[in-house]
This record gives sequence, C-alpha cells and structure tokens, in this order.
Amino acid sequence: MTVPSVPPTLSGKRPSKLFKNWMAKMASLPMILTALVVFVGGTAWTVTYSFTGSRMLPRTKWVGLDQYERLWSSDRWMISITNLGIYGICSLILTLFIGFTLAACLDRKIRFEGVFRSIFLYPFALSFVVTGLAWQWILNPDFGMQSVVRDWGWTAFNFDPLNNPDIVMFGLLIAGIWQGSGLIMCIMLAGLRGIDEDIWKAAKVDGIGTVKTYIMVVIPMMRPVFVTALVLIAAGIIKLYDLVVAQTGGGPGLSSEVPAKYVIELMFRAQNLGQGFAASTMMLCSVVIILIPWAYLEFGGRKRG
Amino acid sequence: MSKILKSALLGTALTAATATAVMAEGVELEVTHWWTSGGEAAAVAKFANAWNATGNTWVDGAIAGSGGTARPIIISRIIGGDPMAATQLNHGRQAEELIEAGLLLDLTDVAEAGGWAEIVNPSSLLEACTLDGKIYCVPVNIHSAQWIWLSHAAYKSAGLDVPTDWNEFTASAGSLKEAGILPLAMGQQGWQQNIAFGAITLAVAGQEAWNGVNIDKNADVARGPEYTAAFEAVAAARDLAAESNVQDWNMATNLVITGQAGAQIMGDWAQGEFSVAEQVEGKDYSCLPGLGLNPVIDTGGDAFYFPVNDDPAITAAQKELAALLISPEVQVSFNLAKGSLPVRGDIDMSTANGCMQKGLKILANGGVLPSGDISFSQDTTLQIEDLQAQFWSSDMSAADAQAAYADIIANAD
Amino acid sequence: MADLTTNTAVEPRGPKLKKAFSRTNIFLYGTLIMVSMYYLLPLYVMIVTSLKGMPEIRLGNVFGPPMDITFEPWVRAWSEACTGINCDGLSRGFGNSVRILIPSVLLSIAIASVNGYALSNWKFKGSEVFFTILIIGAFIPYQTMLYPIVIMLREMGLMGSIWGLVLVHTVFGMPILTLLFRNYFSSIPEELFKAARVDGAGFWQIYFQIMVPMALPIFVVAIILQVTGIWNDFLFGVIYTKPATYPMTVQLNNIVNSVQGVKEYNVNMAATLLTGLVPLVIYFASGKLFVRGIAAGAVKG
Repeated sequence: MTVPSVPPTLSGKRPSKLFKNWMAKMASLPMILTALVVFVGGTAWTVTYSFTGSRMLPRTKWVGLDQYERLWSSDRWMISITNLGIYGICSLILTLFIGFTLAACLDRKIRFEGVFRSIFLYPFALSFVVTGLAWQWILNPDFGMQSVVRDWGWTAFNFDPLNNPDIVMFGLLIAGIWQGSGLIMCIMLAGLRGIDEDIWKAAKVDGIGTVKTYIMVVIPMMRPVFVTALVLIAAGIIKLYDLVVAQTGGGPGLSSEVPAKYVIELMFRAQNLGQGFAASTMMLCSVVIILIPWAYLEFGGRKRG
Repeated sequence: MSKILKSALLGTALTAATATAVMAEGVELEVTHWWTSGGEAAAVAKFANAWNATGNTWVDGAIAGSGGTARPIIISRIIGGDPMAATQLNHGRQAEELIEAGLLLDLTDVAEAGGWAEIVNPSSLLEACTLDGKIYCVPVNIHSAQWIWLSHAAYKSAGLDVPTDWNEFTASAGSLKEAGILPLAMGQQGWQQNIAFGAITLAVAGQEAWNGVNIDKNADVARGPEYTAAFEAVAAARDLAAESNVQDWNMATNLVITGQAGAQIMGDWAQGEFSVAEQVEGKDYSCLPGLGLNPVIDTGGDAFYFPVNDDPAITAAQKELAALLISPEVQVSFNLAKGSLPVRGDIDMSTANGCMQKGLKILANGGVLPSGDISFSQDTTLQIEDLQAQFWSSDMSAADAQAAYADIIANAD
Repeated sequence: MADLTTNTAVEPRGPKLKKAFSRTNIFLYGTLIMVSMYYLLPLYVMIVTSLKGMPEIRLGNVFGPPMDITFEPWVRAWSEACTGINCDGLSRGFGNSVRILIPSVLLSIAIASVNGYALSNWKFKGSEVFFTILIIGAFIPYQTMLYPIVIMLREMGLMGSIWGLVLVHTVFGMPILTLLFRNYFSSIPEELFKAARVDGAGFWQIYFQIMVPMALPIFVVAIILQVTGIWNDFLFGVIYTKPATYPMTVQLNNIVNSVQGVKEYNVNMAATLLTGLVPLVIYFASGKLFVRGIAAGAVKG
C-alpha cells in the first residue's frame, strides 16, 4: 500500500486527483454502484417508461402523457391519494403528539422507565404483516372488541372499522400508530436528553409552569429532532403497503386502497406497467417535495466539524 | 369415441416414453397455482398424485390469495428468468405478451399427438390457448360463474320453500331477513362482486345485451334500458348483502353451508366447498345455473402454461405433464374434486353430482358463452372489478354505476 | 456535532417529581399505565387466542383468558398448517428466513461499515454526492425500483434465488447503515486517525486495527437493526423469491389467507406470534442497544 508522505487533509480543499485515495474509492465501489445504478438508474428507468404504453412487458411505445391523464381520472387513484391524505395527516399529528407526550412523561425521573419504554417500543420490532393480522383479529366485528363491548351490556356499541368503508382508514391508523409511535418516542426522548438541564432551573426561577416550559422553550429547542421525526414519519406513510395488504386487503370495496398498492396492482395484476410506472413516478414526486428542503438543510454545505 | 380415447392414451404413452428415454431418474417439476381452499387443495392433489405415480416429483408451489395475488408473482418469475416448470393461469389474454416474447413453451406437438383438437369441448378453450396457429397451454377445466347456491337449512329455519330462480329468491329475501338470516352472502372483494354482477346481468338483461357488451364491447348497449334494469337488480342485491361482512369467497360459502345465509352467487368452484363439508346436493343445498332464469354458462377456466426451459430433460418432462393433465382419468378425478367441468367431452362423468350434471347438460346443449378472461384484457377487467367494489361497498346509485360502466366499456380493450 | 452519538445522555432531564403521591404523579403514572394497556393489548390477545380451542373462540370473548389451555394451535402452525397441498406449516419458512438472514446481515454490515469509514475518514471528490444520493434513495418508494431490479437480477441470473434476495437486502439496507457508521466514525477523535497515518498505516490497516475494535457497540446496533428489518420484510420476499425459498413473513401471509373450510383463528394467531418471535426476542434481549441504535441512526443527520 502506498503511503503519501503528507497525511491527506480531510476538508477536501486540496485539488484531488483520480488516484488519490484510490483504496477508499475501490472500497466505496458497492456504494457508488448502488447509488448510481440502482437508485438513480432504476428510478430514471421507471420514470422513462412511464411515458410508454407498456403492458405486461416494458416496450418503448411512446404515448406522451396519456398514462398520467388516465391516472388522474382514475377513481381508484383518487381514492388512494385521499385515503393516504387522511391517514397521513392523522398519523403525523397523532404520532408526533403521542411520541412527544410519552417521551416527556418518561423524562420525568419516573420509576420503571425501562419497563414503560420497552412496552412502548416493542411493536416496532414486529413486522407490518404481524401488526395487521393482530389488529385484524382484535377489530373482528363478530369476536373482537365490538362483540366484547356489546357483551358488557352496551349493545348499541358500533365499532367495526374493517367492515365500514367510512372509518376503515382509522382501523389502519390504530394499528399504524401502535407500530410506529414507539420509534418517535425514542427519538424524542433522545432529543429531550440532549437539552441542557439548566433550562428547567431557569424556568423555575422565572416561575414558568412545566407544560408551558415544554411548549414555549423545549419544543422550539428541539426543532431539528421534530424535523427528523417528521421526515421519518412522512417517508413511512408514503410507503404504506404491507399493513394494508395484511389488515384489509384494500377493502371493503376500494375504501382502504393506497398509492403503493395501486402501483403494484396496476403493474402486476392489471398487467399495465406503464400505468404503474406513472403512479410510482407520482409517488416519487411527493417524496422529492418532502425531501429536497430537508436534505439541503441537513447535508447541504455542511462540512465535518 | 373409444378410438379418440385410444389415440389420446397412445399420445400420452408416446410422450411418456420419449421423456423417460431422456432421463433415467424422475424429474422434479415445480408447479405454481393458487388453489388453496379445501376443495381446491383436494383437487390439485389429484394432479400431484398422478404425476408422482409416473416416477417424477411434483413440487407444489401454492400461492395463497386469489389469482390477483398469485398472478403477479408467477409473471414476475417468468419475466425474471427464473420460471417454474409449469403454472396455472386463467386461459385467455393473460399470457399473450409472454407468448409473444417467446417465454412459453410451444405445445403444438403434444396437442397433435393427443388429438386435442378433436377432444376439447367447447373448442373455444383450445382457441384461447392458441396464438398464430400454435398451442401454448393445456386447458384443464371449465369454470362457469353464473351460479347461485342456496342453503336448505336457512330456508327451513325461516319456514320457506327453497327458491327455484332469482325472482323467487328476491321475493323470499324479506322473510329470510325477518328470520334473522342474511339473505345473500357476499365476500367484500371486487372480483366476487363482479361475478355477482355478471350473473345478475345475464339473467336480467338477457343474453343478447350481454353479448353486445361483453363481446362487441358496445358502450351504447351498456347505456341501454336492458342494462338499466340489470343495474337496478344489482342495487337490490346489494341491499340483500348489506350485512355480509366476510372477505374471502369460501368464507361466504361457509355462511351458506352453515345456514347463516340464504344464498351466494359464486362460480361452480363453490361446489368443492360443499363436498368438503359433506353436504348433499338437493338435500342440504341447491344450485341454479344462470340463476335459474337463463341457463347459459360461460366457459372460463384454468389452464396450465409451461415456461421455456434450457434443460431438455425438463422440457421433455413438461410435455409429459401437459399430456397427463388432459388425460381421461386425471380429468375425471381432478374435476370431480374441484367441482368443475372436464375439458373433454369424451369421458364418463356419471359419478358427478347433480350440480355438475346440470352444467354438463348445458355444455352438451351448447349454452355456452366466452368468459370475461377471454374477451377483456386484465386492465379492463380490473377497472370493472374496481367499479363493482366501489358500487357494492357504497350507496352509489345504479344510474351512476351504469354511466361509469359504459365509459369503461367504451375504452375497453 | 462530533459528539459520540451513542453516548447521548441517558439521564432524564425533565423536572424532578416531588412527592410520591402528588396529583401530577398519579396523573402521570395513570396515563402511562393506560397507554401501556393499548400497547400490550394486541400481544395479550394474540397469546390468549393462540392458546384457546376453536369452540372457545366462537364463544366470542377475545380478551378472556383461555379456560382450557391447549398448545395444539402452536403445533399446527409450526408443522401442520397447509398452503395448497404443502402441509408443513411455518417450519420451512423459518429455515428460509434464517438462510436469507445470515448472509444478508453479514454482507450489508461489511459493506456499510467500510462505506461509513471511507466517508468519514477518506473523503474523496464526490463522496458526499454519492452519500446524499444514497440517503435520498432510502426514502424513494420501493415501488419505483421494483421492476428495474427484476431486470437487473435477471441479467445476473439471480432472480428467485436466495442470493438475489440477499443482494436486494444489502442494497436497501445500505443507506441507513452507512449513515449509522459514518456518524459513528466521525465521532471518533481525529487525532487517533492522524496518528495512525503518521505511523504509516493504510486504509485497511486503520479500518481493522483501530476502527473495528472501537466500533463494536455500533456493530451490535447494526446487527440488531438488520436482523429485525430483514426478518420482517414482506415486499421483497414476495416478489424476488419463489415458494421454495419464501421467507417466514410471506409464508405466514399464505397460511393465514388460505382458508380451508373454517378460519382457524387460534392457529393464525400462533403463526403470527411465531413469526414475530425472533425480532421480539432480539428486541427484549438487546434492550438499550436497540433503543440507542434507532435513536442514533435517526436523530443525527
């Protein structure tokens, strides 16, 4: 191994030659290939073919924007994005709220903190398939929660989200939050522990109440943590697929369809690849809209300190 | 008849002989399918046993869920260059592009040796396997979707006679409801709702209008008065199924078997579930083809395709299996278990039960229609299923549904 | 920014509680216990259901403890439940999952740790660009890349084999793992690295002799993350494998959705629990490391 006489500086100010750091470049080859071939190449391929009339097999039969026109006039797609909107907004607000509240509760020098934390986080270790099946069983109208509550004497009790198209998304929401909120709690907890303890002393001196301190002082200080949590939740929401497949299968009717499922169904089941590619391109666009500003803030122009 | 039978047997034996010449040991063939309900699994076991009896090995690749789940997996494996040795698909237009891309094995020689052209009845089944004069699949059964299944137990407990057609059924529905019985069991999935829609339309709108839409793809017929009546009948059926909250089709059949529901509109494969539950036709349940109004049935069904393989031993075994699937004994045992009709008209199905006899009789009389799988692309089928799923699970008006349906037909391919 | 990510303070920072039975205290514990019930309910219901017989389930109380404990559903789920004519339960899927898991975890961590090391200590022109692409790639909906990957695997002749899936897991595990290792290696004091360079140590020497020994805790974190992630995968397993190599999650979905006659809820719940068992055991055994891992991976950019 050749060793340069001068240790390389790490800031990258020095003009770099192709063979400088060649071992590092070789070692990074898998990463470079993944980034360029799979992520950039694969995505570009899909976007390109979304302008073709490909059916079962990819063909370069250009049709312009036809696939997008059909997409936006399709009921199934509109239902899918409306559902995702409802699920997304509710999930975002509730997960952030529950995650932060639980983290704040756990951060108050309570007993059994470890036990509570384990309880809140364990669902995150389970797959969406397991989560979906478990909640499908609990929400089963004949044997599950509804029938139990009715047996207790409240015979008019009606809660069958998995059979009622109007509230089926909330059935998914209960399961989704159950699975994911523990993660956000952990992130929030780590954020809270990164805050200077003197804040609390200062707040006490100034006579500001606990809740008020959280809202007025702590949350603004945790802005980056919230942004990260927000991005994580949002990215997870757009990918929502396994849970729907396992818990509702998109039903009843089309009432719990989501975009990720639209892509797979159109690509493989309807054997209309072009339409599926157009839908996945739209999903990609929404991710880009969320990500670009965040990526810029997080990585842009920041050098190692 | 016996001559044809002999030649078919000879064909099987010939291919078998050439195949065994190539390989001393038996060959393992992986076969994928989506037959996972009780009756279906019993039927596929007949294929597997027959194949294993030849000294080869059937590697079962069952994929759960309906065809909608399984088909993507099957197709992506064929496209991905890791094909199974044989796979179930509904014959029709599903495999067109795979054939064009040269991914499926040409079975023309096997078909000629076995004289398929003479024995397959109706011939439309073989036509659906044919592209540019070459045969690419083996039809194994005929399934028709225009059946209603009625529970005797349910009608008995409501103190009513079992209806003999759709009109009597709708008339009796009110009394069933009063007796606390769900009139119509319906799985909440688009394809099941589409089957009910198809059966009701055929019964109510009549065959001429049905042909106009499903074969000629004439959107004006779909907007016409016959279809208005049909959509209103479907809307009425929707009310009868309002309390039904099962998803899988066999869960809905189970409601009929246990007498919790009065009836279910489902294809003849429901038959298999009744046999597994040891119910007797005419005593425990009744079946009415064409909903008892219009005794015609469509002739969709299942077929096996054989992806191209580089290994000559496997190719030979594939052809051997193809011949086996359509051989007379296997056809009888398989179709009896599955509740479907055999694809050959030259075999003895006298042990079949009453429902299958009804189907066979209609088949012999030529009361057959092409199935949706043959006339519509998967893309169009999915759009229609989506519309039905929406219609059945909401309070969409019959007129709106009809308008949306006509639009789909206008753009159908 | 260069603080040790895994050493984020573990001491609570919130205001201290004063009396044992103050009103806030009761409210606080009350809330926590109520919320805990929501989190524990599904696990409890799954366990009791899996221990009941079907007649008892039809009586209808999902929350009631089993009157007659039976382990038969577990036995059926493990070795007898059917999909089609294969009646060997989940046991086959378990074996497949293990065979997919071990090479995937090893390969993905080996590659990602080298990536992280190169990115933090051996930056080269464009390295940050590739890294940013990688991170953005982590958020691209998988659906966008499903089909191109079918084509790539076909060209490599890996479609349907376990190695094809291993490769897919390595690729999709790379962003988060690389991030994890990059952050960790950046937090190691630079002087150590510089000293080693002055002593004439090269790329691999520094990696194996200095970085790997120091990074053992983060390796454990990465293993935990990957084992749970890969074990729980459904989408890739269903698209890139075949029935003979199906991982456990896919087989679970098959068993639960292939109803033969009556839906056996107790067997389904036993099968669901069996599938969840591996990640649960890892989670409870690893405790704080699991928490540290996801917190470190997620909080720091």
